[in-house]
Amino acid sequence: MKTLYATLGVFLALFAAASVAYPGFFSLRVALNLFTDNAFLGVAAIGLTFVILSGGIDLSIGAMIGCSGILCATLLEKLHWSAVPAVLAVLTFGFCIGAMHGALIAVFRLPPFLVTLAGLFVCRGIALSISREALQVSDPTFTRISEMSVRLGKLGTVTAPAAVFVFAVGIAAYVLKYSSFGRRVYALGGSENSSSLMGLTVTRTKFWIYVLSGVCSAVGGLVFLLYTASGNAVAGTGLELDAIAAVVIGGATLTGGYGSAVGTMLGVLTLGTIQTIITFDGRLSSWWTKIFVGCLFLAFVLARRIIHKEPEKSFSP
Amino acid sequence: MKREIPAIVWPLAALAALCVFNLAANPGFFHVTVMNGHLFGSLVDILNRAAPVLLLSCGMTLVIATGGIDLSVGAVMAVCGAVAACLIARPAGSPLAVFDIHGSALLACGAAVGVGMVLGLFNGLLVAKANVQPIVATLILMVAGRGIAQLLTSGQIVIFDHPQFNSIGAGFSLGLPNPIWIASISFLLAFVLVRATPFGVLVSACGDNPVAARYCGIDIVRIRTIVYVLSGLLAACAGIIATSDIKAADANNVGQYLELDAILAVAIGGGSLTGGRFSLFGSFVGAVLMQSLTTTLLARGTPPEVTLILKAVVVICVCILQSGALSVRLQKRDRQAAG
Repeated sequence: MKTLYATLGVFLALFAAASVAYPGFFSLRVALNLFTDNAFLGVAAIGLTFVILSGGIDLSIGAMIGCSGILCATLLEKLHWSAVPAVLAVLTFGFCIGAMHGALIAVFRLPPFLVTLAGLFVCRGIALSISREALQVSDPTFTRISEMSVRLGKLGTVTAPAAVFVFAVGIAAYVLKYSSFGRRVYALGGSENSSSLMGLTVTRTKFWIYVLSGVCSAVGGLVFLLYTASGNAVAGTGLELDAIAAVVIGGATLTGGYGSAVGTMLGVLTLGTIQTIITFDGRLSSWWTKIFVGCLFLAFVLARRIIHKEPEKSFSP
Repeated sequence: MKREIPAIVWPLAALAALCVFNLAANPGFFHVTVMNGHLFGSLVDILNRAAPVLLLSCGMTLVIATGGIDLSVGAVMAVCGAVAACLIARPAGSPLAVFDIHGSALLACGAAVGVGMVLGLFNGLLVAKANVQPIVATLILMVAGRGIAQLLTSGQIVIFDHPQFNSIGAGFSLGLPNPIWIASISFLLAFVLVRATPFGVLVSACGDNPVAARYCGIDIVRIRTIVYVLSGLLAACAGIIATSDIKAADANNVGQYLELDAILAVAIGGGSLTGGRFSLFGSFVGAVLMQSLTTTLLARGTPPEVTLILKAVVVICVCILQSGALSVRLQKRDRQAAG
């Protein structure tokens, strides 16, 4: 809980500092755009939160986003599927990749790090095999969804991607807190041995966690497609790092057991604020984003070391 | 009836299978010709191309053996390549252009290696002193490192032409390409370090059981710091090779995904990803296997994207075979079938 306040504090402080420094920054529009611009990252990071809470890791997220985006675009534009079956096919694809990860990790007990790394290669390979060129989406249903928005007077608009993001956070927060699956995820992250001795279904829970993450990144890819209206096989390169950074800044520990969906959302928004500041300033080159994110990451990690003095469990990937 | 198969057997078998396949598909595969006193051929080419991954996997083996992981090696490669290139070419707009080293390749390499060791020290102190989880600690540099490299080159691709520096990545010594020499000498030195000194045992002890190691009086903070510094040093060498090979410092693409290749090489080589058990020879075989696979597939005209998928499949298969989970399962089924 303490870390959640810390994340909230950092986010608000960053936003406040930027509002003072740049005229026009402090507006509902900028705040709402944070949700829209980072929705694809946010949805994928929510799936990753479950994985990290259970003490695992999923490195395939960025590749999954690129792959599901180009898959959906190809189904819509090249094969002329209608929107609903195309979306269902992409979700099934995410399910299958997630199930593959889950089976290898839960049943064969391979390290999650290694399996999802292989998953990264597989997804990127499939994406590039589908199409090397970016593909514009002009399907009417899809365009209509991407233009769907709720205007809040003159202040700003809530777009479809933003709505999906907030919806995902809400569901994840509920599931983590009140469902038996959510409690099993926390238990697994706290101690796999104890969970197993308690009689929890460790293997099954692990399997479904990775399936969930696969589906979430597929949804992330669809949101990315809504947001950019074009599928690209190399979209989301390096995004897994942003997602991990968001989850960690949101208060989760990579050893598992600590963290929350709301924290992850705040982490994503914090990263988004940094990006917006760089854009607003105009003088700073794009690479400063990476350096700032790295520094913030460092500050967070060190601050937590100072607050929580007790040593953490040693990490095993 | 239960007989342990050493982990190294699987990658060696895969490598042998690959060689046989290549020999069948392309009779000239093992052909090595001498041209102008230099050796040429597929085998030499594979080793030459594998040099950066070999260097990285050497450092990665030791880091993973202490129970850690170093995700930042690709980014460290980019930073060190950028440092060397900027010192030599002195492009306008680069913060490093103020230093004049009079075009000395030695000083440029020295500076790059120094920077690599400092970055490694940063990782090491975060992991060992501040007790940050290795994956998080090195993720910081992995994210920020590319930014730093772009800052140094001010976002451009720095090109240069410096015969002495170019020869590091593209030159020959005693008939073999220089990268092969650099990689093999580094591996030999590392091998001597872990076998002829207590260092190897200390590293294993740290990874196996840090608490027990501390009770035995092992300074685990120092051991952990040293392995990250070594990893940084080797990443710097890999960065110098990669940069001088293409005569340009590309902050965005140098070493991209190479950290993953290095980790996979260690995993294929039978090193335990949770620390303790490690094998430098295994990692060497793993790295060569990865590169042979890539070269074989590319030589057969397989598109690079399919190569990615096949690489992943091979890695997973080797790891499943090694993990023992499969044999346990099969035995259980046999027993059920028998009983």
